[in-house]
Amino acid sequence: MSGTEQPSATRDLVSIKNLSKSFPLTKGFLEQLHFQGGRLVRKRESVKAINGVNLDVKRGEALCVVGESGCGKSTVARVVMGLLQPTAGSIEYDGQRIDNLPPDRLLPVRRKMQMIFQNPYASLNPRMTVQQTLEEPMRFHNPGIGNGELRDKVRTVMDSVGVDPSWTERFPHEFSGGQRQRISIARALMVDPEFIVADEPISALDVSIQAQVLNLMMDAMEQRSLTYLFITHDLSVVEHFGNRVAVMYLGALCELAETRTLFESPRHPYTRALISAIPKLTRERPSHIKLTGEVPTPINLPSGCFFHNRCVYANDRCKVEKPPLLQTDNGSQVACHGIEEGRID
Amino acid sequence: MIRYWQLFKESAFLYRFRRDKVAIASFSVLMLLVSLSFLAPLIAPFDPYDPAGIDIMDSDIPPSWQEEGDPRFSLGTDAQGRDMLSTMLYGTRISITIGLFAVLLQLFLGIALGLAAGYFGGRIDSFLMRLADIQLSFSTLMVAIVVLAIFQASFGTELYNDLAIFMLILVIGIAEWPQYARTVRASVLAEKKKEYVDAVRVIGLGSGRIMFRHILPNTLSPILVISTVQVANAIMSEAALSFLGLGMPVNKPSLGSLINSGFEYILSGSWWITTFPALVLILLVLVINLLGDWLRDVLNPKLYKD
Amino acid sequence: MPLLEVRGLEVKFPIRQYELTALRDVSFSLDKGQRLGIVGESGAGKSVAAFAILNLIGRPGYISKGEIIFEGANLAKMSPQQLRTIRGNRINMIFQDPMMTLNPVLTIGTQMIECLQTHQNLSKGKAREVAIEKLRQVQIPSPHERIDQYPHELSGGMRQRVVIAIALLTDPSVIIADEPTTALDVTIQAEIMELLVELCETSDVALMLITHDLGVVSQVTQRTIVMYAGRVVEEGPTRQIIENARHPYTHGLIDALPERTNPGMRLNQIPGVMPSLNAIPKGCSFHPRCEHQTELCRTELPGYVGQEGIRIACHWVASQEQQQ
Repeated sequence: MSGTEQPSATRDLVSIKNLSKSFPLTKGFLEQLHFQGGRLVRKRESVKAINGVNLDVKRGEALCVVGESGCGKSTVARVVMGLLQPTAGSIEYDGQRIDNLPPDRLLPVRRKMQMIFQNPYASLNPRMTVQQTLEEPMRFHNPGIGNGELRDKVRTVMDSVGVDPSWTERFPHEFSGGQRQRISIARALMVDPEFIVADEPISALDVSIQAQVLNLMMDAMEQRSLTYLFITHDLSVVEHFGNRVAVMYLGALCELAETRTLFESPRHPYTRALISAIPKLTRERPSHIKLTGEVPTPINLPSGCFFHNRCVYANDRCKVEKPPLLQTDNGSQVACHGIEEGRID
Repeated sequence: MIRYWQLFKESAFLYRFRRDKVAIASFSVLMLLVSLSFLAPLIAPFDPYDPAGIDIMDSDIPPSWQEEGDPRFSLGTDAQGRDMLSTMLYGTRISITIGLFAVLLQLFLGIALGLAAGYFGGRIDSFLMRLADIQLSFSTLMVAIVVLAIFQASFGTELYNDLAIFMLILVIGIAEWPQYARTVRASVLAEKKKEYVDAVRVIGLGSGRIMFRHILPNTLSPILVISTVQVANAIMSEAALSFLGLGMPVNKPSLGSLINSGFEYILSGSWWITTFPALVLILLVLVINLLGDWLRDVLNPKLYKD
Repeated sequence: MPLLEVRGLEVKFPIRQYELTALRDVSFSLDKGQRLGIVGESGAGKSVAAFAILNLIGRPGYISKGEIIFEGANLAKMSPQQLRTIRGNRINMIFQDPMMTLNPVLTIGTQMIECLQTHQNLSKGKAREVAIEKLRQVQIPSPHERIDQYPHELSGGMRQRVVIAIALLTDPSVIIADEPTTALDVTIQAEIMELLVELCETSDVALMLITHDLGVVSQVTQRTIVMYAGRVVEEGPTRQIIENARHPYTHGLIDALPERTNPGMRLNQIPGVMPSLNAIPKGCSFHPRCEHQTELCRTELPGYVGQEGIRIACHWVASQEQQQ
């Protein structure tokens, strides 16, 4: 165990540094060949899911990553959890680089970080009872644990997520979606982690169940002083749940801000459009900001600012120069030339 | 254990079985054939493996209901004077045994290679699947004929007759593993993408444990379905090989070799030596296939919901 | 007289030994050009209701009771031939997944022309003109080129626009939209919804919007029906329901939305889950989750109370009304 060094309270728990991830489009060799200028060239294409993301998760916070489908938010979650290898960049956990560790050295870190998945119907092994599912991580990380102790632990954790502990011998298909998601959370909590990545944990659930699961996650956060990386497309949940929000577009960060700041004064044009599009229970029809054009494909990324083809403020500089993430006067970080130059207030 | 039994009792599986007359009938016939053949030493009127109990004078006696029939031999006797009923009971036992063990071997090879190909992907996958393609481009019978003929030629018929049952299991088992490997690989590819696999990877489990403990149990339904069909296929392959004289020897006949041995006499009027084993073979293969079809219908749709 | 009137609709699904009742005594009406929202969680029966209106319930399900009166005729009793003149012509449907409507191997144009020619006596050239005009109406840029593309060449938002164009092709009087924007991103969702409302308004088409999203309902519809376990529990003008929901379920559903709580506080949750159709509790089906439950709720199915276009199925609301 590398637990000899004391975790410093001020250090970021997780640091994502200059992360990029691309997926090669697997095609046959012959399909990769193209004629170009009279010559036969081999062209390999790839989906650029993440393009240079820097993000720090502070100890004890809930950092939300929002964006629309295909913006790379789930890929970030998977790379952080070690389910995918980054193409470039690094992940640090509590000061230690983890993306290049061999599996055995990674184990002590693994038990500190857990993940909750989107689809409650696919995230539990249909052939294993709840008891077996919950036991597994505990047994794996504590090989010497006794059966009695294990059973007690399963009962306590099931109790804490609000699933009747007498149902341990049941199979996942005997539970509703909401209950399955609770069991999924229970599995993550079994090893007493300090960091949880939640990938759209409530988007497959019904409205009344969403509230239940969200409350449960907040309870767990308080009682166990957890840190969350919360991936979602639902901004109304973000406003409620997170301490800070990172908005992603085409695999890059557009804006990173305290939740309240972001909702009160969104700066990036994309963030503004997103926030204005949330359906609310208001009387009048919403006056949402219309975005023109289509989301470019992550196979051929646009030059300059990725958002420039849909942005009403875009000028020539936006088309060629990629904006860096810069600190603004209200504390939020925004990647936009317009904000930097003061063209956009 | 009681809970599993209860789950089974309440399951859609049992419910649909009870409602399906074809399934019930096939299952009953199969069970009847299996139990009769495996109880052969107890219930057969004669022991066809015992040369002392066979009298060559009893040869070619027609079934007992015919004029020249003998009440001792209800289904008549074959050219060597063996009681057809007893020989068929023993023969069915051999056919079923070869079918089952050949499929077990296929299962073992297919699961191991299919899991590896599906889970690891990449070069291992390409290599194993090309190997399967090559294997599939030779028909089972062709491979079996070549291998068995070479074996017979090089080690002599004597040794071959002693080892015939193992050779048949081995040859049929090895020749048909690609069926399994492909099915397993396809289900592994589908299961591998599901989030529960990611969940155990997050825990840190090794790939062996993930493959066998988590993915394999979820690919069992299609394996079960093709297994039934494969047992029928293996029995057919064995019968075909025996019919060609490359299968079980005459002194330990399977259904196939019985059909073969009677075939020479069919024109001289001894139709029963071929017909009865052929009927049993057809019945056996038919009920197994019917059960396989039924299983596929039951297990295929919506595995996750109810 | 309303354009579409559903009276006492009951839908059953025989499964194994028992029969599941997916819809119980569902009644509502839709006027010309009106926008009606049907809200409920998954399993509440809202999609079944939509399919039942077009008599599209898949076997083994069937309509066991009730009438669906559309322009004076009862759809529940119609022959398949008669139904075909209405379905896809007078009443059209938009699904959550555009690929339910679009055939991936045919160009958009082929599909639209085919659809037009089935219901109207038009030449191919004329049909193509109409199709292009409809594509322009749903704000698809350069419709002349898009019409010859295949569905997979379009983005999700574009596809849903094409589906809306197809739904409008035959100038129907009712469009049933089943979660039309759920699969789309928020920014596109808002655009599509706005477009749909605009088109329904300009061509005086009635819209039946089936959704789980109360936010969408509140912005789009004039009247709302809330469904729970196969039954209508509350019906009324949308604003009335959003601002002053009276049924404990509707109230709980609205209160559970994050925007109803201050940031960082616990959300107001409804305990428990909706019962599955084979285990609907006796009495009021909501009573196990209800804070106002009494003995009456546990034993007796509540009837409807309310006035002036408001209907609520709740004993607690009924007792309050009596006291006043």
